[in-house]
Amino acid sequence: MAKVKSLADLKRIKEELQSKMDLREKSNNPEGLVQIKVAMATCGIASGAKEVMDFLIDVTAKRGIQAVVTQTGCMGYCYAEPTIEVKLPGKEPIVFGDVDTKKADEIVEKYIKNGELVDGIIPVNYKTIDN
Amino acid sequence: MKDLSLHIMDIIQNSVRAKASLVELDINENQKEDLYSITIKDNGCGMSTEILERVCDPFFTTRTTRKVGLGLSLLKQNAEQTGGNMEIWSEEGKGTRLDVCFSLSHIDRPVLGDIAGTMVLLLGANPEMDFIYRHRTEKGEYIFDTKEIKEVLEEVSVSDPNIMQYLKELIKENLNTIII
Repeated sequence: MAKVKSLADLKRIKEELQSKMDLREKSNNPEGLVQIKVAMATCGIASGAKEVMDFLIDVTAKRGIQAVVTQTGCMGYCYAEPTIEVKLPGKEPIVFGDVDTKKADEIVEKYIKNGELVDGIIPVNYKTIDN
Repeated sequence: MKDLSLHIMDIIQNSVRAKASLVELDINENQKEDLYSITIKDNGCGMSTEILERVCDPFFTTRTTRKVGLGLSLLKQNAEQTGGNMEIWSEEGKGTRLDVCFSLSHIDRPVLGDIAGTMVLLLGANPEMDFIYRHRTEKGEYIFDTKEIKEVLEEVSVSDPNIMQYLKELIKENLNTIII
């Protein structure tokens, strides 16, 4: 990776990246993307949600998965943190609990790529929350 | 919480919930005064006097998903256990300011940790918000201002994973020049 020490370096990097990516298409069509929300309240952060979010951002980009990884507040499952909500295009969102980087990798490989359910789903009559 | 950057991430989540458009984080390290201070200021919805009085009570929260609110109380406890203190000011409709001080030399003072990762994750997850992070030591000052970053990036999103990686590196490289 090229060194970035100043805004001028960042501008150079941006121009290089811009020629390789179609970012407009991605931001204009969020419903067609995999949406991953990582719960980032005190309970989640203390349990390792930051590492999980870092991992998901990195791994979805490296494996070419068109995904938006964002954060949400406490979903009320403090006992099962870190928790993530995954919404595949056209499907209901599913919440997974006790997600470490190993579990996150399994979710990406099995559920996100192949639609195959994995252990760790929080089985409640769950409704997505915005906050 | 393992380190101060996680506390900072947690506290700034409150600013996100308070619908702030700008969050300012100031970290000041001063060896002469044996001071390590962190200030977080936002322009969110603020709090009423009644809420402000109870905000450090671990069994008080304005959330409905659970009955505890540990973020501020954990940070306050951490500061007080390591020779420091925490104060909060807030005004409804104007915003909130939190000051937390630690003794720089206290052996149990938590380390700062991955502040670059924290700032970049906050920005990536809240691209519509702006963040100013100032870090001062006796060797100098570094300012990470997301308004400047967005101007440079133009239509390229700050949430792009490649850009986030480069922003982390930008902060780390600059902090390395001032952190003693």
